[in-house]
Amino acid sequence: MNIQEALLEYCLRLGDNSLIIGHRMSEWCGHGPILEQDIALINIALDHIGQARNWLTLAGEIEGKGRTEDDFAYKRDAHQFRNLLITEQPNGNWGDTLMRGFLFDTFNFYLHQILQHSKHEGIAAIAEKSLKEINYHVKYSSEWVIRLGDGTEVSHQKMQDALDNLWMFTGEMFEADEVDQLLLEESIGADLQQIKEAWNDHVREVIDEATLKIPESNWFQKGGKQGRHTEYLGYILAEMQFLPRAYPDAVW
Amino acid sequence: MNKKEWPLWEIFIRSKNGLNHKHVGSLHAADAEMAIENARDVYCRRNEGVSIWVVLSSQIVASDPDEADALYEPAKNKIYRHPTFYEIPKEVGHM
Repeated sequence: MNIQEALLEYCLRLGDNSLIIGHRMSEWCGHGPILEQDIALINIALDHIGQARNWLTLAGEIEGKGRTEDDFAYKRDAHQFRNLLITEQPNGNWGDTLMRGFLFDTFNFYLHQILQHSKHEGIAAIAEKSLKEINYHVKYSSEWVIRLGDGTEVSHQKMQDALDNLWMFTGEMFEADEVDQLLLEESIGADLQQIKEAWNDHVREVIDEATLKIPESNWFQKGGKQGRHTEYLGYILAEMQFLPRAYPDAVW
Repeated sequence: MNKKEWPLWEIFIRSKNGLNHKHVGSLHAADAEMAIENARDVYCRRNEGVSIWVVLSSQIVASDPDEADALYEPAKNKIYRHPTFYEIPKEVGHM
């Protein structure tokens, strides 16, 4: 694998994370528990879609074969997507969605914090721009985890269930493969071990404050970064890609 | 209607430094912090503000509409109270 191939993979991972979790959150549109939170969640969904556009456009430039953001979003099949498995997990209830957001946002925040100093100018620029949005995402989801975890007996139990169910998808975030190694050596990519420590600190702090318990299980599901996905991604793509596949000539 | 509905908050936004906060509307939130976040999401989506104030609607004391005559009528015919005869230098900016 050369640097260009690794860069392409790296941008697809970043772009697909944003695209898929953004799509998932957009499913809440019109279904939020209260008007204000419906808008809040959809704002964040739109942040993600905007970031996905930047990353996928950069992926196209790196690849140099003329593929656009739309080609990447709408003309790839599930095994060609590189998002983390946690981003494609179903919305569940409000607590499930916010817990998924919290675990992912925290990772995403530290990742972008490092990437804004990447030696690759394009990556650094997108990371710096996205970081302000992600900063808010972490604040928002962390507060909800605390509020509901340390809320009523029912909300506490639902948040603990959400954490228990999602925990096995968190290990994958820090699993470095050839792409991560190569780009770390080039000072382009982030050190996942460094992110893991920061992630652990913040997650434990918030989970403590929320009076919840970190699951003890050490078994983690992985594969998303390499294109091996859970059964949910296919359904997401079926909905997301329907229009451009049914009407290939449609324009925005 | 859910009896445990979140309280109502009045939202004030300052669009630019130097201007005053203006009332823009109201929204529901569980506490002040959430009210500010909700205001950011509901009322500042299009770059409307640089500062947000939130006030519990129940804390607003309003004048009585029935007293409108006594309160406002007397000011209507006192044109000399309007400082329309002065020119304000541009450098002063927003007053």
